[in-house]
Amino acid sequence: MAANKDSVTRTLLVALILCLVCAVVVSTAAVQLRPKQQANQVLDRQVNILRAAGMYQPGMDVQAEFEKMERRFVELSTGEYVDMPASYDQRAASRDPEQSVRLDGDTDIASIRRQAKVAEVYLSRDDNGDLTSIILPVHGYGLWSTLYGFLSLEPDAETVKGLVFYEHAETPGLGGEVDNPRWRGIWEGKALFDEQGNVAIQVIKGSVDGSTPDAEHKVDGLSGATLTSNGVSNLVRFWVGENGFGPYLERVRRGDAAQN
Amino acid sequence: MAELKKKDILFQPIFDNNPIALQILGICSALAVTTQLSTTLTMCVALTLVTAFSSFFVSAIRNQIPSSIRIIVQMTIIASLVIVVDQFLRAYAYDISRQMSVFVGLIITNCIVMGRAEAFAMKNPPVVSWIDGFANGLGYSVVLLSVGIVRELLGSGSLFGFEILPLVNNGGWYVSNGLLLLPPSAFFLIGLFIWALRSWKPEQVEEDQFKIAPNSRRVSDAF
Repeated sequence: MAANKDSVTRTLLVALILCLVCAVVVSTAAVQLRPKQQANQVLDRQVNILRAAGMYQPGMDVQAEFEKMERRFVELSTGEYVDMPASYDQRAASRDPEQSVRLDGDTDIASIRRQAKVAEVYLSRDDNGDLTSIILPVHGYGLWSTLYGFLSLEPDAETVKGLVFYEHAETPGLGGEVDNPRWRGIWEGKALFDEQGNVAIQVIKGSVDGSTPDAEHKVDGLSGATLTSNGVSNLVRFWVGENGFGPYLERVRRGDAAQN
Repeated sequence: MAELKKKDILFQPIFDNNPIALQILGICSALAVTTQLSTTLTMCVALTLVTAFSSFFVSAIRNQIPSSIRIIVQMTIIASLVIVVDQFLRAYAYDISRQMSVFVGLIITNCIVMGRAEAFAMKNPPVVSWIDGFANGLGYSVVLLSVGIVRELLGSGSLFGFEILPLVNNGGWYVSNGLLLLPPSAFFLIGLFIWALRSWKPEQVEEDQFKIAPNSRRVSDAF
């Protein structure tokens, strides 16, 4: 048998059998472990929502704390709350022509092309039932990848409380620094809108001079990651703007949406 | 090769024939995953398992592999094992697998795994090949863990995330060395490791490939 092992038939046969065996092994592992991996992803998402709201401590019972959050659905064009099934998946909806709208080039500054008509928001309340933070899911294109994250706002719907990304594939060490706690900390307390109510927040190149009058709208860029910084800037501006959560935030500011 | 004792096969790659220190293979992952000991340890375990089992399987079918496609057959086996390891990490060590990101997948291209499959497992029976792969994984782990200990201890003042040297940022006294968190520091540390090892075992020092001529007056004298 060993004598003709280099024949064409043998070569093809060995290659075929090897591929079949490897394919079975790999797909078994992938299928068997998928439920566990998905549970991890859900948990990770919950941790990141809590982290955006500044409520996360290592070792806490994430599930229990997350249960206290209120999950609501917002129709983006009107800013009204709507009822959706609990299984609603915004990311899947944004790919479904029925449940999403196409964005044209001028408005689509976050380069997401399609946007779900209904978005989820998370509201966190203190023990008295007063709103403590509003957590908005945001996403947009950076340099290599779409960044998915959460933007958390103070109850005034104008001041940033935190920004975290839970999924992206930017260059580790450069664009990947969007995960750096120090950079994320810069966002805290930044004002989204100027006095006329226009979106004013932006990530600038270099570091912000604290003495300039509009420093409260500006965030330091990440050095070596200009395109990722621009992407983050655009996606935040898009999602708090009139095509994103703008109408909803407007309603929160008027006090219509804060109660229920 | 047949006279090699199992004990030699197990212990030689650790100091006498270390894949990183003597063969200078697998350096790229050594730079990337050694800033924290927890990721370092996970990488070491993953690589040791992949090397051991890929050597085992390659050796088990070595008499059936047509020589014209032997490299791609080895790659397929290695890649399948790496995917399985990656899936397990995602299921049971999610945080660590996120920090290691692409580097688990890059075990496929780690020269140590391919090197052992091609150089040893193709010529030796499965059990001995398994031991050889395992031992080379250990040799890799020894270097990675020593680099990881220095980098995390002096770079972040902690080991496995537990604070050993209280940092100035957290109200302690230790000013951390930021260089050790950057990839080049792993080069310096591996260099120092190789230096120490070769001072201890001078037989590992390579012969000069060419002699440098003594001081010369003209350029042409030097050649």
